[in-house]
Amino acid sequence: METLEQLKARIEAAAPGVRVEIVPNGNPANPASLLVDGGHARAAAAFLRDDPALAFDYASNVTGVDWPERTVRERIKVKRMAGGVEREVEEVCERKTPAYLEAVYHLYSMSRKDGPLILRLRTENRTDRVSLPSLTPVWRSCEFQEREIFDLYGIVFEGHPDLRRILMWPEFADHPMRKDYAEPDDYEYEPTPHDAVLARARGHYPGGTQP
Amino acid sequence: MIEEGLRQELSRQGVVTTTLEELYNWGRKNSLWPLQFGLACCAIEMIAASMARFDIARFGAEVFRPSPRQADLMIVAGTVTKKMAPQIVRLYNQMPEPKYVIAMGVCAISGGPFKEGYNVLKGIDRYIPVDVHIPGCPPRPEALLQALMTLQEKIGRQRLTGEGRARHLDADAPGEWPIPEFGKHDLEPPRNPALWQPPAMTRSE
Repeated sequence: METLEQLKARIEAAAPGVRVEIVPNGNPANPASLLVDGGHARAAAAFLRDDPALAFDYASNVTGVDWPERTVRERIKVKRMAGGVEREVEEVCERKTPAYLEAVYHLYSMSRKDGPLILRLRTENRTDRVSLPSLTPVWRSCEFQEREIFDLYGIVFEGHPDLRRILMWPEFADHPMRKDYAEPDDYEYEPTPHDAVLARARGHYPGGTQP
Repeated sequence: MIEEGLRQELSRQGVVTTTLEELYNWGRKNSLWPLQFGLACCAIEMIAASMARFDIARFGAEVFRPSPRQADLMIVAGTVTKKMAPQIVRLYNQMPEPKYVIAMGVCAISGGPFKEGYNVLKGIDRYIPVDVHIPGCPPRPEALLQALMTLQEKIGRQRLTGEGRARHLDADAPGEWPIPEFGKHDLEPPRNPALWQPPAMTRSE
């Protein structure tokens, strides 16, 4: 397969205006992935599927990720004047990343026996601007998995043929896989409560959690 | 009412005496027809129990009925998700009296490994009256047979008249259980308070 840098250049040539970013992954087992902006994701996906040298004809897995707002520590090299001599110093800088939701697509090529290529799409935030273009028109296998992400993470896939909840009932209002999901508090006796469950048990049984 | 000693003596002489209650319960407990449905992996053990090796037919319970109208026994075999719970209660309501429930496996009796999840009911006894609980994940077929025998003993002890008589002979006993509705965050109501309350806990010091 082409390297991600080559792939990035080709996607940018095929879909003018697209913003592609290579997202590195610190874990050696997991390959880096391509982050594509939502506005051009459909064109980039169609290119990945239809280009004869790539032929990513199979989306095996689509999943969601909830990223709350967090601070990222980065080591960067800065040039500093120290004692009249310019030297390169490593500095740790902290920066805040905004909160967003992510849809991650794992693409394989059955005809070339190649893959996976990991494609990421990000929403603008995780409260009100949570829509992404659906890739179901490109890969039919995304249909149920995008419905599951819609159900559990609350990403709205625009252009999806049948966007309904798939696991929870239609009246359900929450998105259970989000980090800030609070489950209904119907505590029942636990023989060995610990951590959050212990705190809840103390609230329900102020006299003690053991009989 | 005949005395127990006299009865044994008569039986030694070849005279069989019985009561209507005994005969009635004997007939009922030896032809328990279960409702044919399974919810998860426990259903595989239930199927195994119905096959030749374990042979639930020895207890007269091999006739798995595909309709609740013909069933006497509901074996809740597997994880009850909150989405499935109203259908279980509805099926139970559709079964004619006398009817019994066996909750099979930790999921059906308490939610099991999914107890702290958002989508699994923490025990079917929150909505319908359960006669026998079987722990295990999944319970072996022998455990299901043990539960069936326990239920048979329970049926054999049921009175037909007077205080504490069987539910189907008591006109005041409830015949239908409220079906929970899908709410915005949970099932509404999350339990039937007439049937189930969270255990009270006080420290014994």
